[in-house]
Amino acid sequence: MRADTVQGDPRIMPIIEVNGLRKAYGGRPVVDGVAFAVEEGEIFGILGPNGAGKTTTVECVEGLREPDAGIIRVAGLDPRIDRDQLTRILGVQLQESELQEKLTVREALELYSAFYPAPADWRGLAERLGLTGKLTTRFGRLSGGQKQRLFIALALIGRPKVVVLDELTTGLDPRARRDTWKLIEDVRDSGVTVLLVTHFMEEAQRLCDRIAVFKQGRIAALDTPAGLIDHSAGGTVISFTPSRPVDDGDLAGLPEAAAFEHRDGRLTIRGTDTTVNAVITLLARHQITAHRLRVTDSTLDDAFLELTQDREN
Amino acid sequence: MSASTAVLKAELRLFSREPFSLFWIVAFPAVLLTILGLIPSFREPDPGLGGSRVIDLYVPVNVLLAMIMAGIQALPPVLSGYRERGILRRMSTTPVRPAALLTAQIVLHFAAALFSSLLVIAIGRLAFDVALPGHLPGYLLALLLGALGALALGAAVTAVTPTVKATTVVGSIVFFPMMFFAGVWVPVQAMPEVLRGIVEYSPFGAASQALHQAAEGGWPDWTHLGVTAAWAAVLIAAAVRWFRWE
Repeated sequence: MRADTVQGDPRIMPIIEVNGLRKAYGGRPVVDGVAFAVEEGEIFGILGPNGAGKTTTVECVEGLREPDAGIIRVAGLDPRIDRDQLTRILGVQLQESELQEKLTVREALELYSAFYPAPADWRGLAERLGLTGKLTTRFGRLSGGQKQRLFIALALIGRPKVVVLDELTTGLDPRARRDTWKLIEDVRDSGVTVLLVTHFMEEAQRLCDRIAVFKQGRIAALDTPAGLIDHSAGGTVISFTPSRPVDDGDLAGLPEAAAFEHRDGRLTIRGTDTTVNAVITLLARHQITAHRLRVTDSTLDDAFLELTQDREN
Repeated sequence: MSASTAVLKAELRLFSREPFSLFWIVAFPAVLLTILGLIPSFREPDPGLGGSRVIDLYVPVNVLLAMIMAGIQALPPVLSGYRERGILRRMSTTPVRPAALLTAQIVLHFAAALFSSLLVIAIGRLAFDVALPGHLPGYLLALLLGALGALALGAAVTAVTPTVKATTVVGSIVFFPMMFFAGVWVPVQAMPEVLRGIVEYSPFGAASQALHQAAEGGWPDWTHLGVTAAWAAVLIAAAVRWFRWE
């Protein structure tokens, strides 16, 4: 749908560039040679298991941490050197932070508005995030989801060019999560670039133009959600109960088939669309009937698990 | 409205929502002075104190007590909490430096202590006929240096302790000897000579002597002012040197 921006126009400078990023804590590498570029107006997802280096990477982008090595540019700015300029164009939602216990929602919104030269209308943001009824509530009395929504509002209040959201919808109920996704899409449609760290596959699949899958401090894969699914082995799953046994030799010869499995008389084959057609031809040739035939796409979940599984274990 | 003004305004609101801090800083020194002043013998001239009354000595002591309450009792847990709870970190991603938040809190605690000092001086004058400070510039200088020392000590406590819990514990440990040095139990001027000789080199012992001399109408000894200023300088340097933003 936005394939043109995803491919990247060589004339457009990426708004976020990360190259050769390394960061170790106590000699243990947490980020180990990460490189990616985000185009303007893109929602770029960072996905990965806990401890894969996602948060450390975005904290380096935000200028909160100093990389051991590597080059980072956000709109041409170096997050460490050009910190002052960067804070004016970057909106941030941190994974873990709080506000003053007794500060009300309204006071927080007004306070953070005063930090930026041309802030957004905080009332509009509060309304979109369902905080209008909570304006006089103190931060300490908000529920986890309300705090989260307030932090999303604060990340957007300075009309940033780039917004970094670390665990955007953690703690939100399904309804609030969907409302937040819509808000982020609208934000992107207004030209803002979004760097999104997430645990939720559904969120990544729905929102992200491209996703970098992190594994042990490196990027294991970087593609569109559809691309990640397609390129994972066994992107399409065909399963059926054959009317009589199918020869294993024939199955092994199927084009682009990644794996097959017999279980309780049911045959499951993982492959691609080509495999599906070949299976149908094979069955027709041997006059085998496929009972309860199902063809399903594997999900981003499957792709993610395959990319991040630990092969050593 | 500039960003720093907005921060100061917000922090003032928050400060006004802390009744316990306000009580200990603003009300307690005045209440203590009132209680002491109600003891009849404290209102009698004492030849052992060069003809001064005990209550005369306790006005500068309670002025210092206000500073200690603000700087060592109230301030450190606030600063430490802002750090521990990621409030400073969140602010450091905005165009406003988190130092603005710390500055606002220090300024507000100083202002509250100053207000408390005025209250103590006014109660001393109106209720117990304690003369107003005889040497006003000297008194103000001693008061400012004492306040600086108290706030710097609080900031230094925050700097060397990683968590709110540790800050509160260390703050309390520091708090009691500082009250003693300031003369809350025995005014410095009424201490035995040997003890006084030692206490005079502590941050609030020196400030207490300087305030007392200025209250009596003379310019405080440079030694007392110098000791107070040196403590403030060392503590500020320690706070700056060891403070961690996260």
